Amino acid sequence: MSLVTVVYGLLFYFAFLILVIGLAYRIYEYAKVPAPLKIPTPPAPKTKQGVAVRIFREVVLFESLFHSTKWTWLFGWLFHFTLLLAAFRHLRYFTDPVWFWVSWEIVQAAGHYGGYIMVLALFGLLGRRVFVDRVRYISSPSDYLMLILIIGIAVSGLMMKWFHTDIFAVKQFFLGLMYFNWAELPSDFVLLLHLGLVIALMIIFPYSKLLHAPGLFFSPTRNQTDTARDNRHIADWAKKLETHK
Amino acid sequence: MANTEFEKPELKKYSEVPKLEEKATSHLAPFKSKEEFQSSLGYPGELVDNWQEKALDKMGDLLGRYRSLRVYLDSCIQCGACTDKCHYYLGTKDPNNMPVGRQNLLRSVYRRYFTLPGKFFPKLVGAVDLTKEVLDEWYSYYHQCSQCRRCAVFCPIGIDTAEISMAAREIMDSVGVGQKYCNEIIGKVHKIGNNLGLPEPALADTLEGLEEDVKDDTGIDVKYPLDQENSEVLLVTPSADFFAEPHVDGLIGYGKVLHQAGISWTLSSHASEAANFGMFIGSYDNMKKLALRIREAALDLKVKRIVFGECGHAWRVAYSFLNTLAGPFDFLDPRYPVPQHICEVTHDLMKKKIIKFDASANDDMVLTYHDSCNVARASNMGDVIGGQFTIPRELIKASVNNYFDMDENTIMEKTYCCGGGGGLLTDDLIELRMKGALPRMEALKNVVEEHGVTHMAAICAICKSQFSKALSYYGFELDQIVSLHQLVGNALIMNKKEL
Repeated sequence: MSLVTVVYGLLFYFAFLILVIGLAYRIYEYAKVPAPLKIPTPPAPKTKQGVAVRIFREVVLFESLFHSTKWTWLFGWLFHFTLLLAAFRHLRYFTDPVWFWVSWEIVQAAGHYGGYIMVLALFGLLGRRVFVDRVRYISSPSDYLMLILIIGIAVSGLMMKWFHTDIFAVKQFFLGLMYFNWAELPSDFVLLLHLGLVIALMIIFPYSKLLHAPGLFFSPTRNQTDTARDNRHIADWAKKLETHK
Repeated sequence: MANTEFEKPELKKYSEVPKLEEKATSHLAPFKSKEEFQSSLGYPGELVDNWQEKALDKMGDLLGRYRSLRVYLDSCIQCGACTDKCHYYLGTKDPNNMPVGRQNLLRSVYRRYFTLPGKFFPKLVGAVDLTKEVLDEWYSYYHQCSQCRRCAVFCPIGIDTAEISMAAREIMDSVGVGQKYCNEIIGKVHKIGNNLGLPEPALADTLEGLEEDVKDDTGIDVKYPLDQENSEVLLVTPSADFFAEPHVDGLIGYGKVLHQAGISWTLSSHASEAANFGMFIGSYDNMKKLALRIREAALDLKVKRIVFGECGHAWRVAYSFLNTLAGPFDFLDPRYPVPQHICEVTHDLMKKKIIKFDASANDDMVLTYHDSCNVARASNMGDVIGGQFTIPRELIKASVNNYFDMDENTIMEKTYCCGGGGGLLTDDLIELRMKGALPRMEALKNVVEEHGVTHMAAICAICKSQFSKALSYYGFELDQIVSLHQLVGNALIMNKKEL
């Protein structure tokens, strides 16, 4: 077993634990803290089904962002959508036998060519940070680094089209990690770069603004029903303040 | 007195997003509250010695009580979608008045003390220590937010800057740094019952005068009753309605409608205020205490319904919070929602043809309508989605023959704040108020020029007061702002036979 394999194997376990436990803890925190008042923004649905539709539209279409800023919407939506396509394509490394739809040509091609669009979209987002004075003002070093990190992942991923990597061995490595039956990881530079950056992203996730992903589902302005006059909406801590009968 | 020497923004045909100017309004801050106002609200009278520790404790406390704060401080992507949405940024060009800029003042301290990256790599993630300078910045810029929630509508995550500015104000109050305007007013309501500190005799006197005016005007004995037990309706209205212009014309209108419909009603000297500034300072306790006065008045006067007059944030507290804060209202008539807005009552009477209008009574005016932020973005009417937009418009259109909406990006859920909401309607912030009114004034100017609009109606006491000033400042006439129920009252066909 090579040193590279051991180091990357351990790092992936570590990053996976941080990601899952960190994210689970954040979600637990968000769920635990009460929303003591009704604050949905219009158009506020009256029913839970309505809320589900609203959240679905926000998650899938980025509806509020669309009404807000078309360029940011375009780049942001393309990035997230192509990320999803890339995720589908990568499922072939983690499923054995490969799920039937993952091996479809269209899924594999979309994941691949989507990658180029992803890079363009990320540069669009980076461009906004650099050239729009208002966005530049609010950008901290971590905002740039986050984009650069993801660009790094996308570009190194695409580069493996030209720099040959034994993807069968890569798959064996990941299946080995999953089933505790380790296999050698090829020590190609581009692959190691790609995987190293992915590990960094996994570790950063629960401590960064990437928390906007669970955050959206817990956002009271978006996930509340507008039923303030029908029911009292009283938090546990607020119950202790009840003085009237 | 506040400095009135500042550059007047130009009203442009097409609103522009200005280039940012750092620290453009860092000199603005409202007068600080004195010890007597602070202590009556349960806050320290001046900055406490160990204020940093106390402020961080308070932040931790609020993070455990408000999911909004907890989620919103973590979730911002710094995408910039909100940066051109705030009327105060558009009017002042100060980047700390961009919603995300304003949020980051608190977020950077949150990151420093409550997150791992901020503890270990503050520079990397823009985390800062809580210093006196930071506290001063908070005081300045969290009193340059009218909590209008326009940014929250546009944010992809729904981050609501109002939640953050309310939390910031509560943190500041808890270490002894309060705002005079809000805290003095809240103290008056706790003590006397209304923002203006009008005691019962003065109120009775004012209402008597109003009855005489209406009698002179219409020849009809419309009553404006006070503390009348066993009335059907308890009307709770902003105290500005008792004498400020054009507010009082709205109150006259409510009285006419209720009179014509034959609904017995009363005002209360105990709950003689619809406004609830407890919300502005982010204080659940104070907000609840103020709301309970309304419950007490409803019980004492044995009414069957509670109806609110024209007031934006009051309607937010009433519609969205009153049931939670002061409910359940099971002692009231279950056939009506609690509380109701006067526009809902009037609209309902109109639909049932109990009252009728002669719109030609307002033919000397061409109207537009300003959606008040708290009504538009934090409440509803009529229990249909969007009712808070359609019901006031239907009432205006029934009362006038000439009506035009302003630009679609400036109305309904995208409406601009008047510039004076959120506890900023004070002369020590006049520069901010006039600059913040810019986007609304530009939209108004366009319909004035394109459609000959002469008047703008509103259903918020703060909007009405703020626009009286802003209209004359930008070269309009101050009486071009009218109450919605002023139009309704003018057009209402009154039945003289009963006399």
